[in-house]
Amino acid sequence: MEETRNLTCIGCPLGCSIQVEMENDKITGIFGNTCKRGEVYARKEVTHPTRIVTSTVCVEHGIIPVVSVKTETDIPKEKIMDVMRSIKKLKVYAPVHTGDVILENAGGTGVNLVATKEVLTKTK
Amino acid sequence: MISSVDIVIIGGGPAGLAAAISAKKNGIEDVLILERDHQLGGILNQCIHNGFGLHTFKEELTGPEYAQRFIDQTEELGIAYKLDTMVMDISSSKTVTAMNTVDRLFEIKAKAVILAMGCRERPRGALNIPGCRPAGIYSAGTAQRLINIEGILPGREVVILGSGDIGLIMARRMTLEGAKVKVVAELMSYSGGLKRNIVQCLDDFGIPLKLSHTVVDIRGRERLESVVLAEVDSHGKPVAGTEEEYQCDTLLLSCGLIPENELSLAMGIKTGSVTNGPVVNECLETNIEGVFACGNVLHVHDLVDFVSEEAALAGKYAAEYVKSDGNHTDAGKEILILHENGVRYTVPEKIHINRMPDELTVRFRVGAVYKNCYISVYAGQKRILHKKKQIAAPGEMEEVRLSKKTLEEISELEQITVKVEET
Repeated sequence: MEETRNLTCIGCPLGCSIQVEMENDKITGIFGNTCKRGEVYARKEVTHPTRIVTSTVCVEHGIIPVVSVKTETDIPKEKIMDVMRSIKKLKVYAPVHTGDVILENAGGTGVNLVATKEVLTKTK
Repeated sequence: MISSVDIVIIGGGPAGLAAAISAKKNGIEDVLILERDHQLGGILNQCIHNGFGLHTFKEELTGPEYAQRFIDQTEELGIAYKLDTMVMDISSSKTVTAMNTVDRLFEIKAKAVILAMGCRERPRGALNIPGCRPAGIYSAGTAQRLINIEGILPGREVVILGSGDIGLIMARRMTLEGAKVKVVAELMSYSGGLKRNIVQCLDDFGIPLKLSHTVVDIRGRERLESVVLAEVDSHGKPVAGTEEEYQCDTLLLSCGLIPENELSLAMGIKTGSVTNGPVVNECLETNIEGVFACGNVLHVHDLVDFVSEEAALAGKYAAEYVKSDGNHTDAGKEILILHENGVRYTVPEKIHINRMPDELTVRFRVGAVYKNCYISVYAGQKRILHKKKQIAAPGEMEEVRLSKKTLEEISELEQITVKVEET
């Protein structure tokens, strides 16, 4: 099956419009990029696009009610919402430290969710 | 009672922290940071997305992680700071009046002051948007604070005006939290945001970006019910007949940042009309000797890495000023850096050749999108730099590096000009 995927390159402010022609999930042509970086980006973006997910998780007894978190490495783009669903019900207890693992294997990605901030315990 | 300190730094965000660390490393023991929030780190604490520190640390950090690296250094170096402290006034003789609930109202006499107060978002009142005044209208940064620090989702159906980076980041953030972001409208014909953010915050989630569009009406009595968007012509005026109504309970505004210079203006510091920040020389020193400025209070940056770099210089120059007992080395003649032809401003705006480092970074922004242009620097009539750029856009800060040696070789130099040259 032939298809054309349209992308915007994120390599620089030029933001080239890149067309990637595919046949049966194989790249048959990359057009529109003005440098090598564009081609590398397009190749990755149509075969296995990945993102780091950042969000927050509720904290009990903390000086603030939420702690910021991220996936330790990038995860497949189509799993972003799976990760978010796995975060939603979580609750952790203060103190939380930067780098603490908040959830293992977030959203079935095999990647851990870690805290990106210190949240100390609230003192009365 | 008036206490005294060598260097006082107004603001404990990325600029203030980097300036303090640098001042200390350059031999000044007595450094004090005054911060109005209950923690150091400034706005980075609410910027929980990744992408910070690529230049400085060669890795992608989130805002809080980037801040923590500087906070850790501040603690390790034993730099003093006061939190929950509001600076009320700085006199032209560098006496700072501040207050908090522990020290109450107090005064500190400083040998040098570093201004690092950052910037604020342009509010609705400054945008002249017609319509009702219901609840549900927030600046993008306010919504960011509500979600990322206070754990509150401000609304469920969202329209965003302005495609600056904070607006784009919030489009993604609200979508991840389950809100429906219906559209991002941008008055200009191009986005001021980074390409990466357009792709990863809008395209990834199928959020439409309408360029050359603005909000022409806001409807709803108690709570926002809808906004009306219209296309604008080349003069930014709405085109009749292009109106479209969007049902929503939340409108986020991401329409530019303004350096927060009330303290600077009150102490008699001269500011530039384009940057709204202090006019500084090669030492990032303002028109008041011994008062330095860095970070977003000086001019609004895109990347925190450059804030840290600039602030470290301010800290170093403030340290040198204090070590010289307030006696600057003979500065010699002041040379103005003029901006022409598409260059909207430069920082610094004036330099003393005697005092400049071997290589001086001059940062600036262009006023429009230029493709295949040259950035040129003239010393008097002589072109000393001609740099080809595939693209220069208002959303990305540019820089040129001036060589001291080159400038010294030019006899009777009066002024330097930075401009965009096409073809």
